[in-house]
Amino acid sequence: MRLEQPDGRGRFGAYGGAFAPETLMPALAELESAFVDAWADPAFHRDLERLLTTYVGRPTPVYHAERLSEELGLHLYLKREDLAHTGAHKINNTIAQVLLTTRMGKPRVIAETGAGQHGVATATACALFGLDCVVYMGEKDIERQALNVYRMRLLGAEVIPVTSGAGTLKDAVSAALRDWVASVGDTHYVIGSVVGPHPFPWMVREFQKVIGEELRNQLDGSPGSPTPDIIVAPVGGGSNAMGIFYPYAGDEGVRLVGVEAAGFGIRTGKHGASLGEGSPGVLHGAMTYLLQDRHGQVLEAHSISAGLDYPGVGPEHAYFKDEGLVEYASVTDDDAVVAFHRLSRTEGIIPALESAHGLAWIVEHAAELSGATVVLNLSGRGDKDVQQVAAMYD
Amino acid sequence: MSESGIDRLASLFAEARAEGRAVLLPYLTAGIPSVDASVELFKAMADAGADGFEVGIPYADPLMDGPVIMEAGETALARGVTVAVALEVVMRVVEATGKPVLAMTYVNPVLRRGIDTFFGEVAAAGACGVIIADLPADEAEPFTDAARAAGIGLVLFVAPTTDDERLKTILEADPAFVYAVAEVGVTGERDTTSVNSATLAARIRERSNVPIVFGVGISTPAQARAAARHGDGVIVGTAIVRKVLEASSADVAAEQLSAFVRALCASVHSNNA
Ligand SMILES: Cc1ncc(COP(=O)(O)O)c(C=O)c1O
Repeated sequence: MRLEQPDGRGRFGAYGGAFAPETLMPALAELESAFVDAWADPAFHRDLERLLTTYVGRPTPVYHAERLSEELGLHLYLKREDLAHTGAHKINNTIAQVLLTTRMGKPRVIAETGAGQHGVATATACALFGLDCVVYMGEKDIERQALNVYRMRLLGAEVIPVTSGAGTLKDAVSAALRDWVASVGDTHYVIGSVVGPHPFPWMVREFQKVIGEELRNQLDGSPGSPTPDIIVAPVGGGSNAMGIFYPYAGDEGVRLVGVEAAGFGIRTGKHGASLGEGSPGVLHGAMTYLLQDRHGQVLEAHSISAGLDYPGVGPEHAYFKDEGLVEYASVTDDDAVVAFHRLSRTEGIIPALESAHGLAWIVEHAAELSGATVVLNLSGRGDKDVQQVAAMYD
Repeated sequence: MSESGIDRLASLFAEARAEGRAVLLPYLTAGIPSVDASVELFKAMADAGADGFEVGIPYADPLMDGPVIMEAGETALARGVTVAVALEVVMRVVEATGKPVLAMTYVNPVLRRGIDTFFGEVAAAGACGVIIADLPADEAEPFTDAARAAGIGLVLFVAPTTDDERLKTILEADPAFVYAVAEVGVTGERDTTSVNSATLAARIRERSNVPIVFGVGISTPAQARAAARHGDGVIVGTAIVRKVLEASSADVAAEQLSAFVRALCASVHSNNA
């Protein structure tokens, strides 16, 4: 069973909710009512659709990757989120949230970023609407995603390095939330995935589900347009996966697979497989699966891919896991890099390392999927990762 | 010790009200600079006149805390201050000072321990209550129930941003006292406080007789005096933690805290009628 919306307390089954300092609670309520109001307003949809079409470049194409399909013995289709403006699905969410910010009359926006794609997409939307933009980014991610740091600065955003913890996405989200506790009067926090306190997981899902809705029209069972047997997407916080899964969740005959980061290997303990290996707890305002020790301290995740290097996951995924609506698997750094090279060479598409995790799972399961119609959510393009891969593997 | 934690908190505020003064509740992270030394520091603060304490159970992702308390938490965690060790500090502080003690932490360590188990252990350690920085009234029910069963108090927050409808919900949850957030922001030291504590206190008083304790951003005797004028108590955290982190030795820290707490008490205890 798929939920149209979470319950009144923002719960997806046992997950979600809003565990936030009281100072933020009124802003979360204000955001919820602003979102509900906007989402029911045809004028908001009109503005958003116009931007998604003329600025973001939606609908993104579905591409039949014939050479790789032949090699793998299946029918591989790529949902080309890498072709969206700024190079990833993240902009679907940021354009909508920044549009909402202007409706709420707030002049300043903050965001966190891991891979930098969400930071770039937020900086872009803020440039478009003339809002001040501050992006928190872990020190380690600033190093491995240098190109995106420069893009954000070009777009007029201020990038603030976060030195606490491991200097990755978890610490960047915490830093952004701390800023918001102090700045809540004039600032909106554009969170980058289906994570955080209610109403964020719900709202971001609504803004990302355009991916799956388009796919339904693009692969609709008409001649030359098979319907998917299986849809695969990488899972960091879970927004691209939720965006493509949600319109299919609960459908008979479509298998949904979310791929988390196995990092150095699950057994090494250095991974980002919150759903696969974690346990329920509260991180960043929501009850969800997370990587934690027996004392309830959240552990550091590890992934070569900054966008998957997160010890939590969106609460609706936790619900989908428990309900058996989606399978969650994981792929190591090394296998993701192999897939990164393979897509580049066979199809001329350099994928984001995040997306390469999804492809690696498909490659690994090709025999089992023989003859099936497989859709990969190609969540982003890999330009940002080229330097990192070059430095590590060549 | 027959009186329950919740009763001891009630007496603390009732006595202070009868004397027309407010109480000072200093905060310090458990196990800073070491387990033994932190017990000594609480004792020094008690001798200097503090009325009770908040003992911080360290958590690695403290969303309500600024850099100083974050650093203290990270340091404590690195030294192995788990929930169990922190509760041992609580027990020793209760024994050494005889003052009411509250355990302060975040939701996840409590969930991990089990809500009922955690509150039972806090009560067994002799604490009077629990403060959970990321627990809003909306999610508080299982925690309130566990606190009641353990005979200790659960503290809930009211912020300057809290609207009337939320205020009503918070007061209906019947907190042991209201932690009135004196600054829109995380914990830390500020030159001035932007929040009008008189207005915030008046909004609460209009609806309830619950004790009001101001905290967040209060770090000087002058700020403490201003907050004490409108509330039943004042919490000072960052300024104390910073002194401990910066002190060259535990003895130096104890001397500094004695002098600082004495100055704070002079402000907070002066008749505020
Ligand atoms: C291209 C790309 N894919 C996937 C992700 C993972 O995020 P999510 O799971 O929210 O889609 C990111 C995050 O930075 C990303 O940049």
